[in-house]
Amino acid sequence: MRGQEARDQAERKAAMATLAQSSGDDIVRLWNEAGLPSDAELLRGPETGLVTLRGRIGGGGAPFNVGEATVTRATVRLPSGQVGHCYALGRDKQKARLAAIADALWQDPARRNEVETNLIAPLRSALTTAHERRRAETAATKVDFFTMVRGED
Amino acid sequence: MYVAVKGGEAAIANAHSLLADRRRGDRSVPALRLDQIVEQLALGVDRVMSEGSLYDRELAALAIVQARGDMIEAIFLVRAYRTTLPRFGYSKAIDTANMLVERRVSATYKDLPGGQLLGPTFDYTHRLLDPELAAGGDVAEPLQRETEAQAMPRVSAILAREGLIEPDGDMPQDHVPGDITREPLEFPMARDIRLQALSRGDEGFLLALGYSTQRGYARNHPFVGEIRIGEVELELDVPELPFAVPLGTVRVTECQMVNQFKGSAKAPPQFTRGYGLVFGQSERKAMAMALCDRALRATELGEDVVAAAQDEEFVISHSDNVQATGFVEHLKLPHYVDFQAELDLVRRMRAEYDARENPKVEEKREAAE
Repeated sequence: MRGQEARDQAERKAAMATLAQSSGDDIVRLWNEAGLPSDAELLRGPETGLVTLRGRIGGGGAPFNVGEATVTRATVRLPSGQVGHCYALGRDKQKARLAAIADALWQDPARRNEVETNLIAPLRSALTTAHERRRAETAATKVDFFTMVRGED
Repeated sequence: MYVAVKGGEAAIANAHSLLADRRRGDRSVPALRLDQIVEQLALGVDRVMSEGSLYDRELAALAIVQARGDMIEAIFLVRAYRTTLPRFGYSKAIDTANMLVERRVSATYKDLPGGQLLGPTFDYTHRLLDPELAAGGDVAEPLQRETEAQAMPRVSAILAREGLIEPDGDMPQDHVPGDITREPLEFPMARDIRLQALSRGDEGFLLALGYSTQRGYARNHPFVGEIRIGEVELELDVPELPFAVPLGTVRVTECQMVNQFKGSAKAPPQFTRGYGLVFGQSERKAMAMALCDRALRATELGEDVVAAAQDEEFVISHSDNVQATGFVEHLKLPHYVDFQAELDLVRRMRAEYDARENPKVEEKREAAE
């Protein structure tokens, strides 16, 4: 049971990460294509605020404050009772509201599969493709050192 | 008698509408869109984010347009905007070892795990103006190379195995990171607070100070252990969720400067370190920050404080370009009353001086009167 709970939390967090990294336009497009319900009671927000980004001295030492980033958050309750949250970088209120509804729908066992298949999976696949392309473009700039052989043998 | 003087409302309003007109410029030229600035003036946007201390590309682009490309004015606008927003909290510390790396170079190790990745760099370009760019030609897609995803440990971790380099900077267990946006600056300050101030500090000021350390003012033999640029994930602990909520990714530049150190009464001979971490792709700034961070550790490492770059109060008090420009630029605002008072004072001092140094002229003047 505890193992299942931990797995659920990890999956929910992964879904939230995918939503946070995706663009509002992509979320809206897939939402409409999938015909996901968008009626939910707004309990908080959507509202924009600041999160102070922390780094670590030397990369892995004591934490220090680097600067702020804009973050928009929303909390919603579905007619069926599930409460969903979203926190995402930027100021896209529409995205925050939909991502919070997606988080709430995800917690409804009857809807989870639909959300994962029609929304999270395509978003995740687009992000993975973009990451892989970026990685491959960077890899093309990798320096291959070679040794010059001088003189005669 | 005190006389209040009013006026200038119409002049100010008209000046602002003239500013709006000049900002827009020739109406036959298409107006800039924010996405054009975000995409094509990306490093300018990154500078405004870093010194404005606010990670938000669109806002930085808006600030650049509104400021007509005046970067410090744009940074000022962003700083002012920040104050209107509530604070949700402090993120968990980012993990730069776990970065989606877009550039990573080391000047100390040729063959390091993950390799040398040049990325989108100006290095090795010939610095020749490109007329084709002016003509607006098409640009080819970049090449790709298939590789296995490879771990890219920070160079500091590699050097640490030999024990010849100091560890990442630690603070006492119960130390809460200081926040210059919450508490006024106090000297001497802990390294974490200094780093916060340096990260938002003026690039030009920190660059000049970093340069001064290389030219012998607080010489400390630096090597770029590593520069890495790329995206890291950001997470925030919130009470409503049992796990840290993922916020998305931000691009940062990290610089690990490694400095030869001959040892002092406080520390043995070893490599010491300076650290730079800046929003966006801001390599020069991250390097300058790391040089200044190292120079400012003079007292901690038992070095003599002999140069400007080592003087914490001097560096940190003057690194913020919004404060600096505020104080310098306020000089052009009306000081009529102050100046009248000074004028009166200087007239009297001058009269006394003339009477003392040049009594004959003074007598003649009095006779003529």
